[in-house]
Amino acid sequence: MKQVLEGSMAIADGVRMAEPHVISAYPITPQTHIVEHLSQMVADGDLKAEFIMVESEHSAASVVLGASACGVRTYTATASQGLLYMEEVIYNIAGMRLPVVMTLANRAISAPINIWNDMQDAMAIRDTGAIMLVAENNQEAYDMHIQAFKIAENQDVMLPVIVNVDGFVLTHTFEVVETIDSIDKVKEYLPPINMEYKLDVENPYSFGTLGEPSVYMESRYNLYNAMNFSRNIIIEAAKEFKDMFGRFYGGLTDSYKLDDSQTVIVAMGSVLGTIKDAVDELRESGKKIGVLKIRSFRPFPEDEIVAALKNAKNVIVIEKAICPGKGGILSVEIRDSLFKHKINSVSVNGYTLGLGGRDITPKNIHDLVARAEKEENVDGEFVGLSQQYL
Amino acid sequence: MLTKEETHNEFFTMGHTGCSGCAQSMSVKLIMEILGKNTIATNATGCLEVFSTRWPESAWKIPWIHSLFENSAAVASGVEAALKAMGKKDGITVLAQGGDGGTADIGLQSLSGMFERNHDVLYVCYDNGAYMNTGYQRSGLTPFDAYTTTSPSGKESFGNNRPKKYMPEIAMAHRIPYTAVASAGYPMDLQKKVKKAKSIKGAKYLQVDVPCVPGWKYEPKYSVKLAQLAVQTGLYPLFEAEYEKIISVKKISKKVPVEEYLKLQGRFKHLFKGDAGRAEIEKIQKIADENIERFGLI
Amino acid sequence: MDFKVGIIAMPGAALSNKTGSFANETPVFKHKTCTGCNLCIYFCPEGVVYGDKKTKIYDFDSDYCKGCGICAEECPVDDIEMVLVEK
Ligand SMILES: Cc1ncc(C[n+]2csc(CCOP(=O)(O)OP(=O)(O)O)c2C)c(N)n1
Ligand code: SF4
Ligand code: SF4
Ligand code: SF4
Ligand SMILES: [Mg+2]
Repeated sequence: MKQVLEGSMAIADGVRMAEPHVISAYPITPQTHIVEHLSQMVADGDLKAEFIMVESEHSAASVVLGASACGVRTYTATASQGLLYMEEVIYNIAGMRLPVVMTLANRAISAPINIWNDMQDAMAIRDTGAIMLVAENNQEAYDMHIQAFKIAENQDVMLPVIVNVDGFVLTHTFEVVETIDSIDKVKEYLPPINMEYKLDVENPYSFGTLGEPSVYMESRYNLYNAMNFSRNIIIEAAKEFKDMFGRFYGGLTDSYKLDDSQTVIVAMGSVLGTIKDAVDELRESGKKIGVLKIRSFRPFPEDEIVAALKNAKNVIVIEKAICPGKGGILSVEIRDSLFKHKINSVSVNGYTLGLGGRDITPKNIHDLVARAEKEENVDGEFVGLSQQYL
Repeated sequence: MLTKEETHNEFFTMGHTGCSGCAQSMSVKLIMEILGKNTIATNATGCLEVFSTRWPESAWKIPWIHSLFENSAAVASGVEAALKAMGKKDGITVLAQGGDGGTADIGLQSLSGMFERNHDVLYVCYDNGAYMNTGYQRSGLTPFDAYTTTSPSGKESFGNNRPKKYMPEIAMAHRIPYTAVASAGYPMDLQKKVKKAKSIKGAKYLQVDVPCVPGWKYEPKYSVKLAQLAVQTGLYPLFEAEYEKIISVKKISKKVPVEEYLKLQGRFKHLFKGDAGRAEIEKIQKIADENIERFGLI
Repeated sequence: MDFKVGIIAMPGAALSNKTGSFANETPVFKHKTCTGCNLCIYFCPEGVVYGDKKTKIYDFDSDYCKGCGICAEECPVDDIEMVLVEK
């Protein structure tokens, strides 16, 4: 059914379709609407779940950790400061191989305190061992949440999945979203959770043991391997979703007008909409330009990136987070992927913009395209600063 | 009658690596005898977690999970919620465990949340009065004037300069159905309280005094004796409360001066030097006397 | 792929760890004055003491006893004695 839905409502509804048994959360802007919608669904009896409203994000993540270890489906959501407060637990969930699904309503990090969108929060947890997917619009966010449970619960993956959605830009914006009418069809796509190891009085395993130097590395290697393997499962989940529900946004990446492109803009999340509009205009003026969308940030789609960029001259990477003391984050990983494949004909230019909710305009994109032709391997330079505040 | 074979079938087994004479392992053994098979346990980081589950070994024969230092109560809340969601809560005890640090310091927030939401969880705090797992640093439950590695005694110091935080009363302030204080020195009393806690629905708090051989610095054979002396001096009042009301106290059978308790422990050794030390012992006696008065222990 | 490595252990697997090797001293149950009070069972931190109230014969499992001496210290009738382990 086609409906006009607020992003948060679309996400909550996607989560409802997956029928999680335990939900736990702590409010933080811009995640609040998602959990408010979910608690209303539980209050109205539209979702049969234990909703635990906790006293902190650390506990929200810990509650879903404990519940997930019992073998039930679990969900939480947070943003920004809340995510940083949770980080210790996210490492632990991943290390214990628990398939928790979580929404991250991407928001800037304090100080200065700022509730608006960028991706610094996501970048702060990129090494936790959680799979990190990024949605471009509300429809994809809805669909991606259903896929997330399937990926997380795959027996050969067993890792938490974090679905990134841009705070406000998606969470608080109304768009037409096509929801799935039949929960039975979702069940067919996403079978009931079935964990081999769980907290069960009939099979009493001990979880979270002390891993001494003799086994710690092997344990981490298994996680690392599972993360690598999840590439196949993310692609598979997207394809199966297409077969069943007709919608597809790419596997680990998606491409837009890439075929003959000499200039390629790489980005994640909602900014892709603005970029595609700008690219359409540039195409009309004869520019050979296209877009590479990163749908899975972890695992990192190295092969797809190399295949998409190897024939380009100029790559523009939109950085919505900064690594002080180094520069860009996404652009560094892209440059490294090309370097490893001995491709040195491509200039990868990372530009930092859109921090703390600063608009990224079509003009920004046009300017960057012009700029990148004259520059080489820019490492996360800030774009559009107000001189009066410097 | 208990046979050798039966001792191997306990739900908390031997073969763990706790110190010789550890009263924490003794208490866990006693508690698990009562709780039995249908128990799911969570555990904060700390001595118990480390000495009972060095992979691939585990001394637990019940489902058990360790996550982090400060979230045992929150993980237990999640376990309880999952059991409810599966319709399996009836007949299963959820046991959350932590040391004094994991409970009263870094874990206080998640514990308070669990209490306030009144999850059907029994939380047990094994109070050995310091961060033992990391080498005897001070915690909020370290007793007054005890030497720890971060509250050392010295020319300018008699050790920990603050009295022990009264954690059981913090639990009671949450108006949970049951709060109890027990001791490794009184196993029948401890087991009676566990039995009672097991029969009550909602959040329960049990704090157990568990002497620690290397932390308190005494000969391992004195673990029980010290736990009993802590009670008989009035320094560790044992009681039960329902909601905000104390319903029973363990009376002192024969009041013992605190000196008898202090002198067996290396952590109070510095108090037995000179007049200044004597004055400190007086202060500790005053703490004991106030407890005796306040809880009506005699 | 065995993801249990380092994180999930089997129930009671610690029994394979014979902690008796820690002990410097070992109890001797004398079977003379025992009253069958069971305190040695209650107080053993390792849970290795066993016995029978009726026969008043108590003993311990030397595979796991750590030799703490609590049983001997707490026996109300001194029917347990600690002796040095010959190593
Ligand atoms: C967030 C965090 N901070 C610090 C530590 C280090 N740490 C591990 S156990 C422990 C002390 C445990 O003390 P307590 O809770 O009293 O238990 P005990 O070992 O005394 O039984 C500390 C400080 C940690 N694991 N995690
Ligand atoms: S340090 Fe103390 S609490 Fe830890 S195992 Fe040893 S005796 Fe027990
Ligand atoms: S010496 Fe200690 S460990 Fe050995 S049997 Fe006696 S109480 Fe148990
Ligand atoms: S403590 Fe002493 S008297 Fe009591 S049962 Fe043991 S051996 Fe017998
Ligand atoms: Mg402690």
